[in-house]
Amino acid sequence: MEKTLPKIEIIEKYCKGCHICVEFCPTKVLEMKGFVAAVKNLEACIKCMQCELRCPDFAIKVITE
Amino acid sequence: MAFDYDKYIRPGKLPHIWCPGCGHGIVMKGLIRAMDTLKLQKENTAIVSGIGCASRLPGYIDCCTLHTAHGRAAAFATGVKMAKPEMNVILVGGDGDGTAIGGNHFIHACRRNIDMTYIIMNNYIYGMTGGQFSPATPTGHKASTTPYGNPDPNFDIAKLAIGAGATFVARGTAFHANQIDKLITEAIQHKGFSVVEILDDCPTTYGRRNKYKSVIEMMNRLKEVAVPVKAAEKMTAEQLQGKILTGVLYKEEKPEYIEEYAKVIQRAQAK
Amino acid sequence: MSKKVAFLQGNEAAAQGALYAGCTFFGGYPITPSTEVAEVMSVELPKIGGKFIQMEDEIGAMAAILGASLAGAKVLTSTSGPGLSLKQELIGYGCIAEIPCVVYNVMRGGPSTGMPTGPSQSDVMCAKWGTHGDHPAICLTPASVQETYEEVIRAFNLSEKYRTPVFVMPDEIVAHMRERIVFPEPGEIEVVPRKVPTVPPEQYKPYDTSFGDVPPLAAFGSGYKFHVTGLNKMQDGFPTTKAEIVQAEEERQVRKVDANVDDIVTFEEYMLADAEVVVIAYGSTSRSARYAVNVAREQGIKAGMFRIKTFWPFPDKQIKALAGKVKGFVVPEMNLGMCAIEVERCAQGKAPILGIFRVDGEPINPDQILEKMKEVK
Repeated sequence: MEKTLPKIEIIEKYCKGCHICVEFCPTKVLEMKGFVAAVKNLEACIKCMQCELRCPDFAIKVITE
Repeated sequence: MAFDYDKYIRPGKLPHIWCPGCGHGIVMKGLIRAMDTLKLQKENTAIVSGIGCASRLPGYIDCCTLHTAHGRAAAFATGVKMAKPEMNVILVGGDGDGTAIGGNHFIHACRRNIDMTYIIMNNYIYGMTGGQFSPATPTGHKASTTPYGNPDPNFDIAKLAIGAGATFVARGTAFHANQIDKLITEAIQHKGFSVVEILDDCPTTYGRRNKYKSVIEMMNRLKEVAVPVKAAEKMTAEQLQGKILTGVLYKEEKPEYIEEYAKVIQRAQAK
Repeated sequence: MSKKVAFLQGNEAAAQGALYAGCTFFGGYPITPSTEVAEVMSVELPKIGGKFIQMEDEIGAMAAILGASLAGAKVLTSTSGPGLSLKQELIGYGCIAEIPCVVYNVMRGGPSTGMPTGPSQSDVMCAKWGTHGDHPAICLTPASVQETYEEVIRAFNLSEKYRTPVFVMPDEIVAHMRERIVFPEPGEIEVVPRKVPTVPPEQYKPYDTSFGDVPPLAAFGSGYKFHVTGLNKMQDGFPTTKAEIVQAEEERQVRKVDANVDDIVTFEEYMLADAEVVVIAYGSTSRSARYAVNVAREQGIKAGMFRIKTFWPFPDKQIKALAGKVKGFVVPEMNLGMCAIEVERCAQGKAPILGIFRVDGEPINPDQILEKMKEVK
């Protein structure tokens, strides 16, 4: 079965750059781009939603089918 | 689909005031998911807080929200609940607000077992005033008013709640985000006074003074010290050294205050 | 049908007055000499489906009534001196968040524990200056059991009408004496309901001044969602530090009362028409003053009494007018001159003020007042 990738939306004006999402992503999908989080490797996403759950700033939405 | 937090957030109120890496936002998201799970009607839900960083939470949520005075959330909420028992009443606040200046109201709300849920975000410090020690600051730790280390012993907030008579007491952490909404959901469903202590982080005023190099170190500490109650059953006292139990710590069915007062009304009217 | 008559204590009458006014929630903490109010409310409220709660402390009691008021109830608390000091924090909250409530405070000797069973009138300044910050103040000082009953009703009405905490402050003598009281029929005394919003919930703002200086207040749980805070706020209830908004809101809160002094201030003029020596008195002290005035008249002194029923707002206008006509004022009070300061402010040097200030726990008797009247030249 083909793997479907989610859409990871980062609301930059909410992101305060705490690094939590980047650090605790088990597959290292995210990175810091300047002061805000950004998607580096969407292919690796396993849709565990930890980044969305742990983002204190309501800045990440992982949109799955 | 991504969870839609926006339907509970007041338009235009984000970004919130909390510092980068502060866990209060994670707790607020957990509360919103719990409200959604339980399908709480917004206009029939009151969120009541005291003063402090955590107590700013109600301003963001689209319900009947009451940002009271320092420490007084439980007492205001008791009035709301008594006057409108059909409302869901949820209290939020921090460790200083809830257990120092609000300690008396807190223990008596526990004792009455009035059907409300109190979410205490315990970040071990008075954050908003710049990092003074609270009753939850561990002994020996640094705060702006304990520059030589805290001489005070600290409260175990969950134990305090159990001792005072709360009939549902749970503990989670800001790191274990997935568990927060489940604990809050179960707490709200419980008939009686329920307390959910969430171990939280304050990188700005606590972390820096206590040699945490980053938010990540603080989160890792929460990850390391937390032991689910089930897992703890199989651990030795030695293994549990320095650990903190998480999950539902205590649950008991006991007469609830609003229901007991309804009986008072019945007795008064029968005379 | 003849009216119901009873022999009641002032505190008991206060509780009955609250029930007449539609009070459905009482939050309190035991304190001498006001506890009888709580006791009567604990008996009566559940009978009508209302709620009584004895809280863990005075602050908690004040918090509980504010919470219940926001949930739509008419609310009362009762206390005395030390309890009033504790409640001040949240009285300020009631002022800034504009939450109707009635605080019944029996004045006993102070400061601190003072004389729990001794009468006093030394809390009147606390009603105006007790909580920090600028805020409106309404304080009623009844002088009899009947008046305590009626003034508690009026306090509820004023509190709803102006959306602010209102004090009723009898001294311990009035609170604990027993007198005949004639109960009004239902409907005989006006009972003011809370002004609730007419706009749909999505348009509601809790401090919407397009409805005037006293905006309608929705109840929690009535379909309206809104935010309440003790911070300086905007019309939508959310906090602000914007200078022009804070200034305007603070001024409006005070103006609610200041612009309506004539509606709020009540007093009794006793033999004032030709009076040259005027006693200004309130509470139980006015009873001694009335007797003294009668005796003085028998002795040929043109004496009269201006009895303050509403201590705050202070009857500035009336006392200013009197000051231009009389030879002197006598101000007897059970404190060290709190009312006298206000009289002095109003008199603007036009009439001398002779005080009789007692803080020994004893009432001021008519002889003392009569003696003082004779000193007015």
